[in-house]
Amino acid sequence: MSFRGYEAVIGIEIHVQLNTASKIFCSDATNFDAGDNENVSPVSAGMPGTLPVVNKKAIEYGIKTGLALGCEIRKKSVFSRKNYFYPDSPKGYQISQYDLPICENGFITFKVNGVDKTVHISRAHLEEDAGKSTHSGEYTLINLNRAGIPLLEIVTGPDMRTPAEAAEYGRAIRQIVRYLDVCDGNLEEGSMRCDCNVSVRKEGSTQFGTKVEIKNVNSFRFVEKAIEYEIERQIDAVERGEKILQETRLWDPDKNRTFAMRSKEDAQDYRYFPDPDLLPLIVTKEMIDEIKSKLPELPIARAKRFQDAHGLPEYDATVLTTEKSWADFYEETAQESKNFKASSNWIMTELMRELNSANKEIAHSPITPKQLGRMIALIDNGTISGKIAKTVFQEMWNSGKDPEVVIKEKGLVQITDPATIEKLVDEVLAANVQSVEDHKTGKKKNLFGFFVGAVMKASKGQANPELVNKILQEKLK
Amino acid sequence: MDLTFASLSEISEAVTAKKLSAKEVATHFQQRVQALDPKLNAFAALNPDVIKEADAIDARIAKGENVGVLAGVPFGIKDMLCTKGLATTAGSKILSGFIPPYDATVVSRLKKAGVVIMGKLNQDEFAMGSSNETSFFGPVKNPWDLERVPGGSSGGSAAAQAARLVPGTIGTDTGGSIRQPASFCGIVGVKPTYGRVSRYGIIAFASSLDQAGPMVSTVKDAALTLEVISGHDPMDSTSSQKQVPAWSKNLSSDIKGMKIGVIKEYLSGGLEADTQKTFDEALATVKKMGAEIVEISVAGTEFAIPVYYLVATSEASSNLARYDGVRFGYRAEFPRLSGVELEEFYGKTRGEGFGAEVKRRIMLGTYCLSSGYYDAYYNKAGQVRRLLTEQFIDAFKKCDAILSPVTAAPAFKLGELVHDPMTMYLNDIFTTSTNLAGLPGMSVPFGLSQSGLPIGVQVTGAHFEEQKMLNVAYALESVSSVKGKNPHVI
Repeated sequence: MSFRGYEAVIGIEIHVQLNTASKIFCSDATNFDAGDNENVSPVSAGMPGTLPVVNKKAIEYGIKTGLALGCEIRKKSVFSRKNYFYPDSPKGYQISQYDLPICENGFITFKVNGVDKTVHISRAHLEEDAGKSTHSGEYTLINLNRAGIPLLEIVTGPDMRTPAEAAEYGRAIRQIVRYLDVCDGNLEEGSMRCDCNVSVRKEGSTQFGTKVEIKNVNSFRFVEKAIEYEIERQIDAVERGEKILQETRLWDPDKNRTFAMRSKEDAQDYRYFPDPDLLPLIVTKEMIDEIKSKLPELPIARAKRFQDAHGLPEYDATVLTTEKSWADFYEETAQESKNFKASSNWIMTELMRELNSANKEIAHSPITPKQLGRMIALIDNGTISGKIAKTVFQEMWNSGKDPEVVIKEKGLVQITDPATIEKLVDEVLAANVQSVEDHKTGKKKNLFGFFVGAVMKASKGQANPELVNKILQEKLK
Repeated sequence: MDLTFASLSEISEAVTAKKLSAKEVATHFQQRVQALDPKLNAFAALNPDVIKEADAIDARIAKGENVGVLAGVPFGIKDMLCTKGLATTAGSKILSGFIPPYDATVVSRLKKAGVVIMGKLNQDEFAMGSSNETSFFGPVKNPWDLERVPGGSSGGSAAAQAARLVPGTIGTDTGGSIRQPASFCGIVGVKPTYGRVSRYGIIAFASSLDQAGPMVSTVKDAALTLEVISGHDPMDSTSSQKQVPAWSKNLSSDIKGMKIGVIKEYLSGGLEADTQKTFDEALATVKKMGAEIVEISVAGTEFAIPVYYLVATSEASSNLARYDGVRFGYRAEFPRLSGVELEEFYGKTRGEGFGAEVKRRIMLGTYCLSSGYYDAYYNKAGQVRRLLTEQFIDAFKKCDAILSPVTAAPAFKLGELVHDPMTMYLNDIFTTSTNLAGLPGMSVPFGLSQSGLPIGVQVTGAHFEEQKMLNVAYALESVSSVKGKNPHVI
């Protein structure tokens, strides 16, 4: 895509906070609702003599994510120390992976405006999070609860060319980590943090321009806007004949612009070296195979299966696989109802509408997938009509009761006995002699619908519409 | 039983059998500390609760509990090891006021075996030194000659043990810090195989080299103490899963048929006369006892000192970054913190908190790890270190233990080398390669200089072969000239 004759080159680094129960190098809890510095043992506080011991679950989550991104998993990776002084870095260094990361060389495919885009994942490495500094004029408060929470930093190649691609990439990563249940993907709360590397070059050029890093953009919409702004800013600068400075910038969502945070020209020397407190991380083929065998079906594969095996339209399949919880709900419903399309329809329209207006997650839906599936089956076997089903659904939503119970309590079973319907038809016809006459002589057209409506009304909507049609047609011959 | 000179098991057995109370033992040694330590300056801090802790041991024994193999034995602990509720400073101003809320694993294991903690022992600041002159608490004196250094960095441990201020002490050894002071003070000091003893709670100097070990009066006491403190610790990823053998029970002075290695590269002379004589006598002794002397070659030992100083200072520069005045320890005083730039805060705190030797090493290490120098220094040092280790592994295919001097000369005078760091660093010439290769090594007192100073010999074992090493030392100890001799201060 061209921006005034320039091409943008974008690479993304995403820090994914892994939702393990304990920290990456000690047994401190990771819950977000803990009081200030409550989840801080001597290890987290970097007290003298304390040592890191790696959390196996964090390794497993890292490998799981790497595998889902098609990465090669290193049999031997190394934790290194990244040395820098900052008050919320209690040891004076961060334990991270440097030249030997656990995951390398993967890819991810996602859709941008309906077209497939593939981005190369150059690496994904494990590291510990820092604490949190809160500056308040006179002083700075430090909360070390976050210090030591496991992070997986996922780094792409310089593969994206538009702000939309960058945003969709982020959404695709978010979708995958949520599918894998290794991260809640919440950008606002910082469980995912996104840094964008942006440069511009003349179209047709094969050399990269000087890149600028935009840090900590906390929504994918802002990713798009920040990169849009940055591309324009850089092109303006180049056009004016200025040199792009290699620097770190921050996005200001209020002013819709990026601003310089620090120059990278005087880049810090982190003096990386292998952490002598930790042995090289050895991962066996068995361990990788074990994790691989437990990988859930990922969104793209699942959507394809919904289309191929369930015959759902692409739109339905894509929407239902947006979240793993939705896809799981759909599959359970469909299994019960044996009606794929109807299950999809009920979830995408009625259920989503109710969930949205009640601001509820699908996991907290008062209607279980089994209940919804049975309700659909009750429509399909003629127990209730599609119209009555909406009433039944509403009552199930309100009460959480089984469809059978709702139908029984409210007396909503469909009338399928021809004799009962015939009696209703006769009553309606007898009460509307003139209209019957008009219909038969053709004096008034389109009265048939009126009779159907009247019979349905007389049956409180419970008469089987097909039978009503059939009997009316016979009687009005 | 003369309590002052009693062995660890003699004390523990007497206390367990209620022939002696832990309180009586603690009181006896407490009085010795009070009487003699003002001359030695071996203690950095005393445990105010030592009698209370001894009482607790007695109470448990009264209840019929099996307290452990070191029941009621007072120990002095080098100030590198964290002790719960008891100030721990690593001999540095920067940790002044720091009271750990946890015990080092070594300390908790000693306590579990019934030890009562007498106090914390003086040392070179952050274990950086060979004379115990870099301590914030001032130098320690050698009990054999108060004008001489006790060695370092575990100088307080060596001096306290030599003067029998306590029945047992713990030191740490990164490049010789247990063995060199043990030699200078005529005691037994063991640096175990890397990974044998947990490093959890031991203030880190150079993580890939540090090991804690016993500094005691006899080889038997060393074997027993080592048994108590060894073994896997889930809190230390580098601690070994290997079983801990019953070293003290299996101790044997029968070394007939053992192959004792002598490193060719160490025979080039340069030893002070009494030290040379002691070493030659040690060789003659083991030969007389039926061991075979095997000459081995460990190429690259001449690089041990530079490699050691590159590795140790690099790791230290990172390990000591946490002393920043933010969370614990010393913080420089500012009239008003508001408006103080972070760099100024760090600079002043660390500038005032660390001593000159520590600063020198932090700067050396920072330089080694810097971008552009890493490959030439830290990385290269790592390569040489691996080669050296392989050489030792090969050498141990030809012998069961290696005999060598500990240092080139006995204890030097206080102040003699303090302004000559290069010569001071050469004190570690025979000891650092053991740490670089992760081998177990120990110093056992064997000779006396003409002026009456003790001289140790070093026994080095193959990885996790502490028993053979201890047996050779046990054999040498049985005919040691230091046996039965005591420092004048006693």
